[in-house]
Amino acid sequence: MIKVKQLSYKYPSGPLIHFPDFEVKGGESLLVLGESGCGKTTLLHLLAGLLRPTSGKIWIDDKLVSQLNNSQMDQFRGEQIGLVFQKNYFIESLNILNNLIVSPYSNNKDHAVTISKRLGIEEILNRYPKQLSVGQQQRVSIGRAVMNAPMLLLADEPTSALDYRNCKNVINLLLEESVNNNAALVIVTHDDRLKKEVHNNIELFPITNQMN
Amino acid sequence: MIIKIAWKNLIHKPWNTGLCIILLAFGVGIISLLILMQYQLEQKFSRDLNNIDLVVGAKGSPLQLVLSAIYHLDAPTGNISLAEARKVMDNPIVKKAIPLAYGDSYQGYRILGTTIGYVENYDAQIRDGRLFSEKMEVTVGADAALRTGLIVGSIFYGTHGEAKGGHVHENHKYEVVGILEKSNTVLDNLLLTNVASVWQVHTKDSENKNSIDTLHATTLDLNHAHHGHEHDHHHDHDDLVITADSMDITAILLKYKTKRSIMTIPRFINEQTNMQAVLPALEINRLFYMIGVGGSTLKLIAGGIILMAGLSVFFGLFNRLRERKYEIALLRSVGYKQLHLFSLLVFEGTFLALLGYGVGWGLSRLGLHFLNQQAQHDFNLQFDNGLVTGEGNLLLLTIGVGILAALIPAFQAIRMNVSATLSEN
Repeated sequence: MIKVKQLSYKYPSGPLIHFPDFEVKGGESLLVLGESGCGKTTLLHLLAGLLRPTSGKIWIDDKLVSQLNNSQMDQFRGEQIGLVFQKNYFIESLNILNNLIVSPYSNNKDHAVTISKRLGIEEILNRYPKQLSVGQQQRVSIGRAVMNAPMLLLADEPTSALDYRNCKNVINLLLEESVNNNAALVIVTHDDRLKKEVHNNIELFPITNQMN
Repeated sequence: MIIKIAWKNLIHKPWNTGLCIILLAFGVGIISLLILMQYQLEQKFSRDLNNIDLVVGAKGSPLQLVLSAIYHLDAPTGNISLAEARKVMDNPIVKKAIPLAYGDSYQGYRILGTTIGYVENYDAQIRDGRLFSEKMEVTVGADAALRTGLIVGSIFYGTHGEAKGGHVHENHKYEVVGILEKSNTVLDNLLLTNVASVWQVHTKDSENKNSIDTLHATTLDLNHAHHGHEHDHHHDHDDLVITADSMDITAILLKYKTKRSIMTIPRFINEQTNMQAVLPALEINRLFYMIGVGGSTLKLIAGGIILMAGLSVFFGLFNRLRERKYEIALLRSVGYKQLHLFSLLVFEGTFLALLGYGVGWGLSRLGLHFLNQQAQHDFNLQFDNGLVTGEGNLLLLTIGVGILAALIPAFQAIRMNVSATLSEN
C-alpha cells in the first residue's frame, strides 16, 4: 500500500513541481501518464526514496518513509521496494543468478530460481548480462525487482522501447508479479498503449503549466 | 556480496587488473629482494665477524683485507712474514690469534692453512671424521663437501690460486680427514688444513725433508699462539725451529683480552711494522653504508614504481567508475548504503594490492633463486628464502597504497547523484 499527500519537489535551479495525491493498495496498480519533462521520473524517484521531497508526505504500508534518513531509506528500499527502470541495468561482472540476488536483502538462490521459472528465464541463469536479448534483460530486471517480495513495485517507462508484443508481455508480467506479491504497482510512462491494460491512471501536466 | 562483486569486477577486466598487478608486483618484488638481501648480508657478515677484533695483513686496501681474510670474498692483499706476525701474536694482550695462510683451491673452494682455533672460533662441529692435525690433512666445510663431493678418505690435488683450471700441484695430495657440520659461517665453503701444508706445497725446496720438518714444527708453534686457550697441547715448545720465521702467512685474526687495547694495537702495527691492522667491524660498517646508499637508490626507484602502480590503480578505478556509474546507481537502488559502495571500491583497491604483493613476493623469491645460483658460483654466498620483518611492513605499505588509491574513487561513488544517473537517457 502506498499513499501520497501534497507531494512537491524542487530541483536546485528548477521550478517547484506539485504532484497530485493518490493511493494504491496491495495487488492494485496505477498508471502515471504524462509527456516527457512533466516530472514522471521525479515522482518515481521520490516514491523510491532516491530523491527526498521538498514538502508533502509518502506512506508505504503505513510507514512515513518521507521522514527516514538516507541510510534507513536505502535499507527500506532494499527490503520493500522493487524498481524496474526504462533501461536495463546490471552488474556486468556477475552472472544472471547473482544479478537476481544482488540486493543485500535477497541472497536466497532457491527463491531466485523459483522466480526465474515463473518468468521463463531459468535457462539463462549462468549467462552474463551482455549475452541476453533485450526481452530477456527486461524479464531479469522484473525478476530482480520482485526478489524481496516488495510491498511497492515501481516501473519507469518499462515498455516505451518495446514493440507491441513485448509491451504486452512486460505489462502482463508486472501485473502478475504485483498480484503474486500483493504489491502496489506504480508505472510511470508516456506509453498510451498501457491504458488498455491498466485502467486506474492519473495524468501529470507539463511543469510550465504549474508555475506561479 | 560486496566482496564478491569487488572480486568479480577485477576478474571481469583482466587487462586493467593485470596491468595494476604487474606494476605493483615489480615495485614490491624489487624492494622485497633488496630487504631480503640486505638483511641476510648483514646477518651473514656479522656471524662471520664472530669474536674477531682485529685483522692483520699486508698493507693495501683495508676493506680488501677484511673481505679476504674474514669473508674469503676477495683476493688477499699480500703476504706477511711469520717473524713480523709473531711480534703481534705473542703480545700479552692478545687473547687469541689465528693465522691464515692462503693456499690452493679445489674446484673453486679455497684451501686455507690455519689452526684449530679458527674452527673453534665459529663453534663449528664435526659431522664426520675429525679435525686436521697432520700435514696435508684437510677438514672440509659442509657446503664445499656437498658441492665437491669430497668425503672422509678422499684424496685430491689442489689447484694453484683461486681459478678453476689453474696449475695443479700434482706432487702434493691432500687427504680429507673430516667434514664439518653446517655452521652458516664462512667455514661452510672452506677446505681447512694446517699452515704447514700450505707451505709445503708452495716452498720451492719442498722435497727437502729437513725443511718440511722445520715447517711442521713451526705450525705447532702457531697452534700455541692462542694464549689463554685451554687446549691441551701435546707437542713441546722446545721443538721450535726459528728458521721457519722466514716463511710467509697471509693474515692473522686477533681477539684481545680487553677491549681497551682496541685502538692502541692497530696504531702500533700500522706505524711500526710493514703490516696493516684493520678493525673489521669498522670496515664492514663502512661497506654496509656504501651498499646502503646503493640500496636506498634502488629502493627509491622501486618506491617510484609502487607509486606509479598506486596511480594506475587510482586511474583504473577512477575511469572504471565512469563506466560503472550505472552499476553504482543500481546498487544503491537495490538497497546498498553509501558505506557499502565505499567499501566496494576500497576492497577492489585492497585486492589489487594483495595480488600485487603476492606476485611481487613470488618475483623476489624467483630473483633470489637466480641470484643464488650466480652468487654461489661467484662468491660462494647463499641467501635463504626466509621471511623478513621488513617484508611485513612492505605488505602494509602496499595495502596502504591500494586503499589510498581507492579513496578518491570511493568518495566519488558515495557522492554520486543516483537519481540523476538513473534519469539519464
